[in-house]
Amino acid sequence: MTNEALAGQIAAAVLAEMRREAPAPADPVSQKEAQPPGQTASGELMAAMKKSTSARIGVGRAGARLQTRTMLRLRADHAAARDAVLLDVSQGLLDRLQLPALQSCCASQTEFLTRPDLGRCLPEEGRKALQKLQTAPCDVLIFLADGLSSRAIEANAENLLPVLLDGVKAQGLTVGTAFFVRYGRVALMDQVAALTGARVVCVLIGERPGLGSAESMSAYLAYEPRTGMPEANRTVVSNIYSGGLAAVEAGAYIAELIGTIHKAGASGVQLRERGEYDLAIKR
Amino acid sequence: MTLQTTLQNKSFSFADVKEVLAKANEEKSGDRLAGIAAGSDLERVAAKTVLSNLLVSDLRENPAVPYEEDEVTRIIQDGVNERIYGELRGWSLAELREWLLDQNTTEAQIKRAAQGMTAEVIAGLCKLMGNLDLVYAAAKLRVTAHCNSTIGERGTLATRLQPNHSTDSVEGITASLFEGLSYGCGDALIGLNPVNDTVASLTQVLRRFDEIKRSFEIPTQICVLGHIGTQIAALKNGAPMDMIFQSIAGSQKGNEAFGFSGDTVREAQALLKRQGTAAGPNVLYFETGQGSELSSGTHCGADQVTMEARCYGFAKAFSPFMVNTVVGFIGPEYLYDSRQVIRAGLEDHFMGKLTGIPMGCDCCYTNHMPADQNDIENLALLLASAGANYIIGVPGGDDIMLNYQTNACHDAAAIREVLGLRPIAAFDAWLERMGITENGKLTDRAGDATIFMRGERS
Repeated sequence: MTNEALAGQIAAAVLAEMRREAPAPADPVSQKEAQPPGQTASGELMAAMKKSTSARIGVGRAGARLQTRTMLRLRADHAAARDAVLLDVSQGLLDRLQLPALQSCCASQTEFLTRPDLGRCLPEEGRKALQKLQTAPCDVLIFLADGLSSRAIEANAENLLPVLLDGVKAQGLTVGTAFFVRYGRVALMDQVAALTGARVVCVLIGERPGLGSAESMSAYLAYEPRTGMPEANRTVVSNIYSGGLAAVEAGAYIAELIGTIHKAGASGVQLRERGEYDLAIKR
Repeated sequence: MTLQTTLQNKSFSFADVKEVLAKANEEKSGDRLAGIAAGSDLERVAAKTVLSNLLVSDLRENPAVPYEEDEVTRIIQDGVNERIYGELRGWSLAELREWLLDQNTTEAQIKRAAQGMTAEVIAGLCKLMGNLDLVYAAAKLRVTAHCNSTIGERGTLATRLQPNHSTDSVEGITASLFEGLSYGCGDALIGLNPVNDTVASLTQVLRRFDEIKRSFEIPTQICVLGHIGTQIAALKNGAPMDMIFQSIAGSQKGNEAFGFSGDTVREAQALLKRQGTAAGPNVLYFETGQGSELSSGTHCGADQVTMEARCYGFAKAFSPFMVNTVVGFIGPEYLYDSRQVIRAGLEDHFMGKLTGIPMGCDCCYTNHMPADQNDIENLALLLASAGANYIIGVPGGDDIMLNYQTNACHDAAAIREVLGLRPIAAFDAWLERMGITENGKLTDRAGDATIFMRGERS
């Protein structure tokens, strides 16, 4: 009943393609899983299939449940993701990067997770501290925020920030003092711009962690961001981590992007509309 | 209509029906974020008390968004059977709740009565139900639909196989698809969430799905969940497609924020009738989730359960094959933790079934909310007991494209075994022919995706 010939053709095509394709990016998990017992004959086929995806395929079973090692691996990856959300960025990192630390209007982790509005603003004292930090007007202001993954900041900031700052300065742009915001959200950049008068604001922020990567960071950039601006007017560079866009490479790329945004006087879809988007999609 | 009550020697009063509905909700972080939640547990119960004494007509006459302003309200109100409504209009919600729960009230009677209810009535009932009430009432109801096969029959639990891939690699997608099939997943749908929402990318994946469906003669449905506009364009371009998908909202503004209207859905439906690959008549797939209106600022001051019920009222008008509440995807600002997610999953399933739509649930969570795999395994078991049409199946429960977790491919097989449920009949027979199951249980071949690569039969 099965159309054997067509099925055979698909299998052959799939196999040929899988063998040709480069290994999937960086999920160590599926590679480490052992073959299900008693299926060595299909071992080679499964190995080829696993190369094509980081999904947890070929993991075998215990009855209709997961094998112990698969179950524990999933729990470990989830625990790492949870830790990335819940743990703070270490003082050591902030010291090494000489980043003064501010806190958004959120008083706690729970408040940060349930009140996005409070993560988008600084309290009175934070606003004063920010204005004290930025004594002269600047072209570009860069800050970091933990967002949904402190591990993303820990893993990428040290490699990215110096390259980014050097890259911006090399274009003759003035850069304000970089700082860190605990419990910060992307749109906090709107208030930061209003308080400092910076033209281009860039926030480096931890992405919501997946099981494959708890270390992924994003950069959001905007020209003269203002509260209530369309979200589409922010330019975003996502997936910054060892398995995606490497931190050093990202630093150089974002610096270039900041130069483009500053020159065009626009970001996001507005930048695209002005035909300056080539740079933004070349990665 | 009385909008006040006294509870524990404290008096509570509410401005309007909308406020009563909002404050009668079980606790949800989204209602708090919207600034419309009850201020205390006592106020919540006071609102429930007031709600229980409201009449069906009070709810009908006070839609969350005015008729003149909102297409969703119009679709729901215009779809009411006025004769049946006339029989119900004088009932209090307390009476209606007890009638629903009465073991002498039959499925046929409930389905008839539901034709006289608006979304606000159904949402109101939901707010007066405990979790077991929601399971108990929903378990009476089955809603079937037919695309290539028939979903929702009593005694079945189906799955949407979701072979997502971080870059839409067709071979990677195929690998996850074969994995899922080898566990007995995919009877409701083989459906991909694409990374690239383009006609070319959708078409490429749909062609592969269609080839696999035809060559292995799998009695199922295929869909790639791009934007409705992209899917329409792909279909016009000749892509094989059984169903068209769209995320929907409980207000016209919410649907506009998603970039479509009722007319767009009608266009999709008409096009599928002429050019789709399925037998039909049910060829649409909708997704919902409490809080999506608030997230786009289109909740119109209403609570998220009421807006969710309105999604279902909208969906019903288009006779979909499946409706999926992606319950835990939205994040902790709308549903804070597993307790709220489980509650919402049970609410959505009950409201969907009562509305008369073929309801399933993506029992899921993100990593920034206090929940884990245990919680969604609980929810899946509860919903299977309540007669949900389907759940999701993803390898290991880890969706590498959407970066969240849902049910593993193993879960449906385990739940079917525990509760004595079977896949959709035609797919069940196919699994037995392929030697993946025997008398409904996984065989030694099950879980070996390579059987599809070797073209083997048992």
